[in-house]
Amino acid sequence: MTDLLLSAERLTKRFGGLAAVNEVSLELRRDRIHAVIGPNGAGKSTLTNLLAGDLPPTSGRMRIGEVDVTGWRPEQISRQGLGRSYQKTNIFLPFTVWENVRLAAQSRESQQPWNPLRWLQSAIKSKASNDRATRAIELSGLKDRAKAEAGSISHGEQRQLEIAMTLATEPKVLLLDEPLAGMGVAEAQRMVELLLKLKNDHAILLVEHDMDAVFALADQLTVMVNGQVIASGSPADIRGNAAVQAAYLGEEHA
Amino acid sequence: MSLMKANLEVLPGSARAVLWLGLIALVAFPFAGSDFYVQMVNRMMILAIFAMSLDLLQGVSGLVSLGHAAYFGLAGYALAFLMPQNEAASLWLTLPLSVLASGLAALVIGFFVVRTQGIYFIMVTMAFAQMVFYLFFDNKALGGSDGLYVNFKPSVEIAGLTLLDLDNKRTLYFFTLGSLLLVYVFLRRLLWSPFGRALSGIRVNEHRMRAIGFNTFGYKLTAFSLAGALAGMAGYLWGVQTGYINPELMGFHMSAHAIMMVILGGMGNFAGAIVGAFGFEYVLHVFKDLPTVGTFNLGKHWQLWMGCFIVLVVILAPRGLLGLIARKSDQQGGSHD
Repeated sequence: MTDLLLSAERLTKRFGGLAAVNEVSLELRRDRIHAVIGPNGAGKSTLTNLLAGDLPPTSGRMRIGEVDVTGWRPEQISRQGLGRSYQKTNIFLPFTVWENVRLAAQSRESQQPWNPLRWLQSAIKSKASNDRATRAIELSGLKDRAKAEAGSISHGEQRQLEIAMTLATEPKVLLLDEPLAGMGVAEAQRMVELLLKLKNDHAILLVEHDMDAVFALADQLTVMVNGQVIASGSPADIRGNAAVQAAYLGEEHA
Repeated sequence: MSLMKANLEVLPGSARAVLWLGLIALVAFPFAGSDFYVQMVNRMMILAIFAMSLDLLQGVSGLVSLGHAAYFGLAGYALAFLMPQNEAASLWLTLPLSVLASGLAALVIGFFVVRTQGIYFIMVTMAFAQMVFYLFFDNKALGGSDGLYVNFKPSVEIAGLTLLDLDNKRTLYFFTLGSLLLVYVFLRRLLWSPFGRALSGIRVNEHRMRAIGFNTFGYKLTAFSLAGALAGMAGYLWGVQTGYINPELMGFHMSAHAIMMVILGGMGNFAGAIVGAFGFEYVLHVFKDLPTVGTFNLGKHWQLWMGCFIVLVVILAPRGLLGLIARKSDQQGGSHD
């Protein structure tokens, strides 16, 4: 087995009487894409928010590597090596593509906002951050668009920027929430290639509705319905799983 | 380089030209203007420092504080308390301590208020400022509603040698101008520092800033404290110039005026705050001096005209007076300075 980079044990999130995520356990390993699928309202987004620290879990534990990060805040989880991209594009619209990515890269410098020396340095002259940003931009294929304003680029490019910002923080674990949402065929194809490239040195959790992409990419699948995991296994296992077929996939993929 | 057009973070050539012309005018003014107007421009420069300190919150970080005058007034009170009855205390002692007093107050209050957002931030900053206001207003020991006198101008000496005589109005004027320049250059530099870039990111999308690993609370609290300290520097200079500090300087109107100055000039680049402070004070002066027509005293109702003026500026120049200047020029000639 390859390195275990993230593990969640019986993560639960209740909103009043509703268990949006109910005792979900999963493991993410380097060089593996772990896809989470399920119908709308299955709890996929809540699960992503739990793993990223946007919501504290009601119960359960979560580790990044050996470190227990249960209940940590989003910025702490990010700095522990988890990078997250959003389903709904969540970028700095008035900034250039470059500044979006550079800012993400800057987060890996020692931050110390209270340090007066950090008030007088020039942000754009930090070589380490610039190098990180350049790598992320080249990897995500946005090199030609670096000077464009993020609000003016196409939807597909904004999705690429989402990934570029996440990569600029040099995470070990990637949480990608519907990276293909709203993309054209050619753009989606490029994104799939990028994900396969990233797989080598990241553990990836992929939440995606595009079943063709999921089955093309995933090494492991977890199927959620009503906040619970109803099946987990290899794509072949899931295809043959009667419960999954009944609950979710329908006849098209049976 | 991020070209934040809406905020004019990169000042276009025309705006920079106007700033240079303004600086030349400010240097020349004491040699041309009467005593009355020299003092008025001195006050404008002090308010410009105050407006810039608010712009760090309002324009750069997106934190609209409706209680910023509290930190302006606190340093003035600190100066009044530090100044003995019968001799001048040193500037080297009173200035850092007064600025520190405002900065510390902002740190403590900021610890509570920067957790809130949007409308709640506005309300809570105002509530704290009102508490500070009434603390001084209702306490005879703190000067009460009448305020306190600052009996002497602080002395500026090194090894017994007097460097500056702040009793001299022209010297005080140039000391204030120097302070204004220093604060402006410092804040422009800060705008392009990692700290400033992070504050900009927080204004645009705080949620994403946290997701990429920024402890936004620490950034906002630092900005709030620093803005409080710089407001304190302005309040200190105000106390030195006028020789008098009263609770009104910490009041709601003072805070609201600062917000209007920043909006009037243009937010998020500090140059706009300076232009706004001068513009606001000048227009205020003009409106208050309006004649009586028949039985109707126009000048007495200056707030009405000021209201109309601000509404007009917001409609006609949404990016403020500086934005109006910039619109006429090419966006190419921008620079970081």
